[in-house]
Parts: sequence; C-alpha cells; structure tokens
Amino acid sequence: MTDEAITAGKRKSRIVMASTAASSELLFNGPDWNFETLGRIFEAVRKVGEGEIGLDPYRTQIEVITSEQMLDAYSSVGMPLFYKHWSFGKDFARNEALYRKGWQGLAYEIVINSDPCVCYIMEENSATMQTLVLAHAAMGHNHFFKNNYVFKQWTDASGIADYLSFAKSFIARCEERYGVESVERLIDAAHALQSHGIHRYPGKRSMDLRTEELRERERRAHGEALFNDLWRTVPQGKGKKPATKKKLEEDQRKAILKLPEENILYFLEKTAPRLAGWQREILRIIRLIAQYFYPQRQTKMMNEGCATWTHHRIMTRLHEKGQISDGSYLEFLHSHSSVVMQPDFDDRRFSGVNPYALGFAMMQDIERIAMTPTDEDRAWFPDIAGNGDAYGTLKNVWANFRDESIVSQYLSPNLIRKMGLFRIVDDHDEEEMEVAAIHDERGYREVRRALARQYDVARRDADIQVVDVDLTGDRRLELRHHVVDGVILEEKDADRVLQHLADLWGYEVRLVESDDNTVYAEHKSEPMRPFA
Amino acid sequence: MNIIDRRRDPGGKSLANRQRFIRRARALVRRAVREASAKRSIKDVEKGGDIVVPADGVREPVLRRGSQGGTREYVLPGNKKYIQGDTIARPEEEGGGSGASDGGEGEDDFRFALSDEEFLDLFLEDLELPDLAKRQVMGVEDTQPVRAGYRSSGPPASLSVSRTMRNSLSRRTALGRPRPEEIAALEAEIARLDEIGGNEERAAELREELARKQKRMRLVPFIDPLDVRYRRYDQVPKPVARAVMFCLMDVSGSMDEHMKDLAKRFYSLLYLFLKRRYKRVDVVFIRHTHEAKEVDEETFFHSRESGGTVVSTALEEMARVVQDRYPATQWNVYGAQASDGDNLPMDNSNTINLLKTAILPLCQYYAYLEVGHAKDDGGGDASSLWRAYELVARADERMAMRKVSHRRDIYPVFRELFAKGGASAETS
Repeated sequence: MTDEAITAGKRKSRIVMASTAASSELLFNGPDWNFETLGRIFEAVRKVGEGEIGLDPYRTQIEVITSEQMLDAYSSVGMPLFYKHWSFGKDFARNEALYRKGWQGLAYEIVINSDPCVCYIMEENSATMQTLVLAHAAMGHNHFFKNNYVFKQWTDASGIADYLSFAKSFIARCEERYGVESVERLIDAAHALQSHGIHRYPGKRSMDLRTEELRERERRAHGEALFNDLWRTVPQGKGKKPATKKKLEEDQRKAILKLPEENILYFLEKTAPRLAGWQREILRIIRLIAQYFYPQRQTKMMNEGCATWTHHRIMTRLHEKGQISDGSYLEFLHSHSSVVMQPDFDDRRFSGVNPYALGFAMMQDIERIAMTPTDEDRAWFPDIAGNGDAYGTLKNVWANFRDESIVSQYLSPNLIRKMGLFRIVDDHDEEEMEVAAIHDERGYREVRRALARQYDVARRDADIQVVDVDLTGDRRLELRHHVVDGVILEEKDADRVLQHLADLWGYEVRLVESDDNTVYAEHKSEPMRPFA
Repeated sequence: MNIIDRRRDPGGKSLANRQRFIRRARALVRRAVREASAKRSIKDVEKGGDIVVPADGVREPVLRRGSQGGTREYVLPGNKKYIQGDTIARPEEEGGGSGASDGGEGEDDFRFALSDEEFLDLFLEDLELPDLAKRQVMGVEDTQPVRAGYRSSGPPASLSVSRTMRNSLSRRTALGRPRPEEIAALEAEIARLDEIGGNEERAAELREELARKQKRMRLVPFIDPLDVRYRRYDQVPKPVARAVMFCLMDVSGSMDEHMKDLAKRFYSLLYLFLKRRYKRVDVVFIRHTHEAKEVDEETFFHSRESGGTVVSTALEEMARVVQDRYPATQWNVYGAQASDGDNLPMDNSNTINLLKTAILPLCQYYAYLEVGHAKDDGGGDASSLWRAYELVARADERMAMRKVSHRRDIYPVFRELFAKGGASAETS
C-alpha cells in the first residue's frame, strides 16, 4: 500500500518535472496541426530515431490524404498506382461498406517500401497521432525496409514506383489492343496462381573470378583437412543399376525444362506453348508484384514489432524531453495499448496471435535480455545476454532475421510464460485435441519450434510443383502437391485454380496430392477456353 | 523530408475498379437488386443500399489448404489451466482454435453498398418509355423562351446594356472621341493660364484644341443607334416534366392477397421507372368494387372491401381526377390497372367505351395487368374483361395488357412492356 503510494508519488513528481521543465518546447498544443507542425514533429522524431537509436531509414516523403483516399489506397494494396482489375473494386466495395457502417476503422497510415519511403497519413489524425504515425512508419517501418535482409534480397525500393507505373500502362495498352475482357480473364488466372508465382530462393549470381578463386582454395583446403587414406580401402558397393533408356529420356527432358519448378507462373511464362508475348508479359508483371510483396509476408510480425517498439521508444523519449504534453502521452498510450493487445485464445475477440503484440513483446524482451538479464537468459542467450547494447542488438536482429527465424532464435522462456503460450495438436483421427506442450521447462523448446513453424511462409503455402510435362507427347502438365501432415487442398478452390491453369497451359493439367506413402487426391482439368 | 498535400487530388481512384467489379458481378448484383427491391414499399424502392451477393460468384480462388482432415498444430496464447498431455474437445466447426492462417474463409456472402444511382441503373437497365409516349412528352404545347444570342432590334425590355456598351466603347475608341477628363483638364489649364495672364498665345492654342475636341465629341456620340443590341429569345417547346400515375385496382372479394401483392410489385416498378424520367411523379390510388374511390396507399393495399365488380366506375373516377387536378396538357398521365379479370358482364361495353373515348386520349400509356394464380395458367378461357380489352389494345398502341400469375413474372412482364425497341412487340 505505502509502496504503491510512494511509487505513484514519484511518478507524479517526475511527470510534473517533465512538463514544467520545458513546456515552452512543446512540439504542439492540442490536437490541431498544420504543415509547419508536421515538419517540426518529423524533425523531433528523427532526432530521437536517427540520433539516439541510430536508425538508418530511407528519405521520407509524407503525403497527407483524406479518408476517402485512404479507402482508395486500401483497395490497391496500398500502392499509389496499380493496374485496373475488378478484384480491387471488390475489395474497395467491401471496405467501403464496412467503413460506412462503422464496423471497421481505417488505418492511421500506410507506408510504402520505396525510396524515398512514402508515408500516407490521414488528415483526421490528431497531432499526437501524427507524431505516433511518423515515429511508427517513417522511422520504424522505414528502417526495417531499408535494412532487413529479405527486403534487400528481394525488392528494389527505388524501382518499384516506376515498375508499377510501367505495369499499369502496359496492361492498359493491352486492354486497348486485345479487349478488356480477355485481359481481365488473363489477370484472373494469374491472380489465382499468384501465391505460387514466387521464387523462394534467390538465383545464383555469377561470381567474379576473385570469389571463384577464393572458393576453389577453400574447397581444396577442406578436402585436405578431411583427407584420410583409409577411405581408399573401404569396399565399394556394386554400384547403381544402369538407368533404363526411358528413365534417361525423362531425366533429360526434365533437365531441359529445369523441372521440378515451384514457381508456376514463372514456368508458364517461359514454357506455356500457346501464350502470346503480351500474355507472358502480364504473367511476369503479376509474378514480380507478388515477389515484391513476398518479404512483407515473411516479416509481418517483426516489421510491426520493429515499428511498434520504435514508436514506443520515440514517444517516450519525446515525453521525457518535454516535447509532448502529458495529455498527448496518455492519448498515445491509449492507442498504443489497444494496438498491442493480445486476447487469450478463449476470448471472444481472439483471432490468432496479434503480430503487433508478439512483435512488440519480443523487441522489449530482447532489450531486457541485453540490459538486465536473469540467469535463465544467460543460459539461453549467451551471445546477447547482458551485452549492454540494446539498440545494437535490436538493429542486428532487425537486419538479419525474419519472423520464422527470430522466433526460433529469440523467443525466450520468460516471454513464453508471460504470454502463456501452449501448443496443441489436432489429429483428425483422434477424438480430441491434445495439449502437446505448455510454458514449462519441458515445453519451451517445443512451443518455440512450433510457433516458428507457424511463421514459416514456405511451410504455410502448400508445396506445389510442376514435376513433368512431355512437350513432344500429349503435353499434359503434371503437378504435385507434396502433402504435409495429411492436410490436402481445399477441393473446390483447387479445381477452380486448376481450370485457370489448364486455360493458361492450353492442354490437360493434372495435380496429384501425395506424400511419400499415400496418394490423397487427384485433380484433373481440361482447358475450356484456352488463351491463345 | 517532403510533405505533400494530396487532399485536393481528385478522388475516386477506385471508381474504375469498382465499376469493373459491378460489371463483373452484374448478373448477381441485378438479381440481388431485384430481391432487395421486392421487400420495400413503393416509394422506397429507389433507394440504394446494401446488396448481398453470394461470394461464390465473385470468388478469387487460390491454392490453399483445406480446413478439414490431417494433423494440425496450433500455438495459442493465454493458457490458464492446461498441462501437457491434457485433451481438449474439438471446438465446433468454426474452430476457435484455428488461429493459424486460414484467412478469408468465413466468406459466404459478399456485402457491399450501392449508391441510389447504381441501384436504379441496374434495376431499370435497358428500359425506356415507349416511342409513342416519348413523342408526346417532347412535343407538348407549352413553350418557354430560351436565350439565343443577340439581335439589333427588339423591345426595350430586352435591351442588352453590356453588349451595347461594349459596341459603343469600341466605336468610341476607334473614332477617337475625346474623353471627358481630357476636356476637363484642358478647361482647367485654360482657366489657370487666364488667371495668371501673360500667356495669351498658349491659351489661344489651347482654346482652339478645346473647340476641336468638343466638336469631335458632338460628332461622335456616346451611344449610337448602331451600338444598340437586344437579347434574342427563341421559343422552345417545354417538355412536361411531370407525370401522374394512376393505380387502379379491383379490391372485391375475389382479389386475394397474392394478387394484390403482384399488383403492388407492378406499381412499384412503374413508379420507379417514371420517377427516373420525370422530375415529379404523383401517384393516385383508385380502388373499386362496384363503386370507385380515391384512397391513400395504405388503404389501397391493405383494407378489405366487399361488393360486386364494376370496372367502369374506376375509369370514371380516373377521368374525374384528371379533369380536377391533372390537366392532360400539363401532366403526363399513366394508367395501370390490375384486376383478376372479373367484371359485371353488362358493364364491359361501357368500360370499353370509356377507355376508348375518355381515358386513352388522356394517357401516355395505359397498362392492364391481369393477376391470377399459377394453377390457372393455360387452362380455361380468357376472362371477360380480358376479351373486352383485347379489342381496344389491338387498335391502340397506348394500351398494353399482360397476364401475371407469379411474382417472378412481374419483372419480365414489366421489361417486356418497356423494353428498348418500343412497345410494338406487345401486340404479338
């Protein structure tokens, strides 16, 4: 009781001090803002973000928009320019209906991974919200976009705006020349396959001579280190049976087409026998745009975690420095805490793990481990525990991990306990679901591994590959879904997508769903209205 | 850092996509629109509003894992009481536990809002007023003056001051009429010279100039008859932008709820349709048994009445109302009659007569809708009223008649009557 009173007293005095210390330095007063305020806010935010935390974002371009424009932006995946397609109109219609009814609020901001980084902010936001938004998007997300390795590997931030503009005009020209209907049908088909139009591994870059030489030397050193004359004396097996002629042919055929191939759109673009040039180009456009968004899917939780942690720190620092008032700070905390709220699994509001909540908690936890570790932390994270450099550790994490890897590396027992994470296994052959692991000594690693798997995009998407096609024979395209844990595709949708695929390919298409032992299902499709 | 204000940018970026979506889902949306409109009262049908279309029609399929079967695992937050090895009953279908990733699954229906305009466009697609009626709408006696440039003669009331002054100014400038200020300045200068004296030569020079200028001023008048312009008006026939719609219905005992419902639907459609074409649409409800009466909407559809059936009374009432309140020169008159076809046999000739001589000449269009039950279809002879009306309809394009026995036929019948290409098809 008295303890509480004392802490409360202390805090109060600190707040009073903070507000009296420099009330003249307040960035703004009340909810109103203008462009000058916005500039001042941005400078203050940047001073903390770049100066104190040491963030390294792209240049920022702030664009003030209305709620109508925000709705517009929603329906083109947040991008300022996008080609036209009815499905975006559908999203727009849905969002508009939800918004008008008041069932769904609008985001305060949209940020685009481009250079300069474009932040759309809504005119309705109060000055406090604008500060929060700038700290969140222009600092947090922006830093993440520029520094995270998946973004570096996969996206070209400076080129995206130009590419989208090219895509838009190219598709518009195609519509003029070949008719809206036929272009629309092609985009429908391509959208259906968009989730399987992604290269998951960066292509091998051709090496220059120096690195080539370096590698050769390493390889030789490795060979020498492993040399053991005894290997010579190990009796050789009989050797493999010589391959049959048929098998040889098949292998050769697959090698020429570089099969198996998991990027279906890429395969179609390069190989589909009946597509015209412009159709291949449109497939390419859709594929490249899907690729552009691939990093975002892999880093959703981290990206939000980074931005949320950053805005929290910046707002707190601004308040400590007396640049925002107590009232503003409370307004911020109110908004912040509703963003990072994680309802329990049995709560009515529960709809999965909140990426903001988990991300923010993980960043805070990493900071804690770096600054004030417990013995447990030292045992689990010897590399970062107590290194005293919270900002450096976090920046390293933001640069070199993605959702799946950050969870499997840095989700601490402490956080698992705090969130009460547990793993359940649902085997459809059993009567009931089983609790496989909980937040205890025996369960930490298992929970952590399972959660990491949940964030693994490559595992979340069904593993479907083009495995074979005989271009000189019946040209039937063979695909295989590698079934994991006996979970097969949603049948109706799969058949619909397959129909699109058959139309694109121009000949029969077959998809077999199997794992190593069992064949679960088989789908077939004949082209009904082939593209040609 | 740059700050750009985009608020003034033209909005409606998504309009094109939205229109594409509606075009795509057109068939579905149209059906939904019609279903939605069936539930509304006559005057509310035109409002836009929420439309629900089955998600299946605008589905975007993707390859995704099903929600059934196999082995799944979930990591969930907020464990309170479970320990390792516990079992939990599987939640009902909509798995409370499936927090994993199945986005977009609860998508059974797709709901969105249509504006009033979009709603009506879809609702009345491809319909137009019959050619004949339209001609009459456009060519009525009433005319209205419309500005049409200028002319050089006319009544003083239509003098165009600005145009006249413009002409005058250019003429004065061209002919070098001295401005009053110049003359005033000259006079002042002369007066000054006179006062100080001595400069006689200069003063004389100035006087001469003054005289010349004054002469010029007299020669070049400020306004010449040449300058004057009058506004020109043309008389343009004024379309009558008002319509009155008469709903005539037999409410005798033989008309049951089903028939009234059919009639009501037809009236709603007609109202809507007229509403699109005219600025103002009045609706007059006349119900009749063996006598006719003008009533309000509520009574018209819902109160019961008993008695015989004499159709001519309703026509008389209609003629009377037109005469009293809606002179045919100022109003477009539309008649819509619904009946089950009963009429007092001896009244038929009277009815036809009235229709031919009194009603049709007043009307742009007169539609007769015979409502019945599905089971009556095909079998049996045509009703007496039908047979009587058939004679009139054959001779007069303004009259159309149809039979309807099911609510799903209402819209097709209505479309048939007003489909583009004229009402001539209806005589077949």
